[in-house]
Amino acid sequence: MHEMAITESLLRITLAEAAKAGATRVTALHIKMGAYADIVPTILREYFAIAARGTAAEGARVEIGRIPVTMRCRTCGWQGPVDKLHIRCGGCAGTDLQLLTGREFYLESLEAE
Amino acid sequence: MEITVMHQIMEWNEDVSAAVKATLDAHKTCLINVMGSPGAGKTTLLTALIATLRPRYRIGVIEGDIAGQIDAEKIADLGIPVVQLDTDGACHIEAESVRHMLPHFDLENLDILFVENIGNLVCPAEFNIGESFRIAVLSVPEGDDKVQKYPLMFSTCDGLVLNKYDMLPYFDFEDTRVEADALGVNPSVAVFRVSARGGAGVAELAAWVAAKTDAALAAATPAQKAENTPTKEEPPCA
Repeated sequence: MHEMAITESLLRITLAEAAKAGATRVTALHIKMGAYADIVPTILREYFAIAARGTAAEGARVEIGRIPVTMRCRTCGWQGPVDKLHIRCGGCAGTDLQLLTGREFYLESLEAE
Repeated sequence: MEITVMHQIMEWNEDVSAAVKATLDAHKTCLINVMGSPGAGKTTLLTALIATLRPRYRIGVIEGDIAGQIDAEKIADLGIPVVQLDTDGACHIEAESVRHMLPHFDLENLDILFVENIGNLVCPAEFNIGESFRIAVLSVPEGDDKVQKYPLMFSTCDGLVLNKYDMLPYFDFEDTRVEADALGVNPSVAVFRVSARGGAGVAELAAWVAAKTDAALAAATPAQKAENTPTKEEPPCA
């Protein structure tokens, strides 16, 4: 259900950025989403299709690129991808890790006319 | 044409969360976000924590619910300032709602502000609300697979309370599995075995809450400085 609040924000940002660039019609949104984001892509797309009706973004494609969880080990300096359900350093198996990527959730770019 | 945007979609909430945190820091008040399923025992746990912590701290509570004020009345019975926040259907509390609630409290005379979030294991975890730290409550009757099924909430909490621990003999609940799963998604989480109703384990949890609160209050920066600091999400395992 929290996808609705998120969709409203997404539409606000989309329309503001399109207007700023002088575009009259948005045809696609490119979103980046980290593996930690508990947001359901299909619901986001469906809500967006409804919310965007009658706006410059009506009918726009919503593309979602996923970003994996990567971390850096504070013990041995290793960095790389980590299974978010079993957080362990890929080098020394330690657990004192710093998150590098995986929490992102942003609008990267728009395709517009 | 292609328009480069690079805009955080959660910004509306993150900015307000940072503003709430700055206001609380300026008044030296520590907000604790308490999350868990409906029926996990969040209100009973808060009641037990308040009884233990109130000799040392001035405490207030925001009771989040979808509707009604049953929980707020329970807290008000303790003589603690409490405000009911009804989300009117929404599945989580947003920072903006907490900001609207702050004027109801005398923050100068408050050390801890507990927010009992909406009973829900999913959505509240996505929304920062100006908290210094998070407590997740999972009760024995809910089952020992919940960390695996709902990892986000457990990966973002600082403390995990296994509540109704006195019910352990009556349920197929492997507490060591839950603890291992929780440490798997969140290696620095502190796990507590508590019976909020009977009181077992409450003292240990209260001591941890007190230590976290003292550290948060000592680190509270003046409001002006906090407002100029860019918001950055806490890594789940920092």
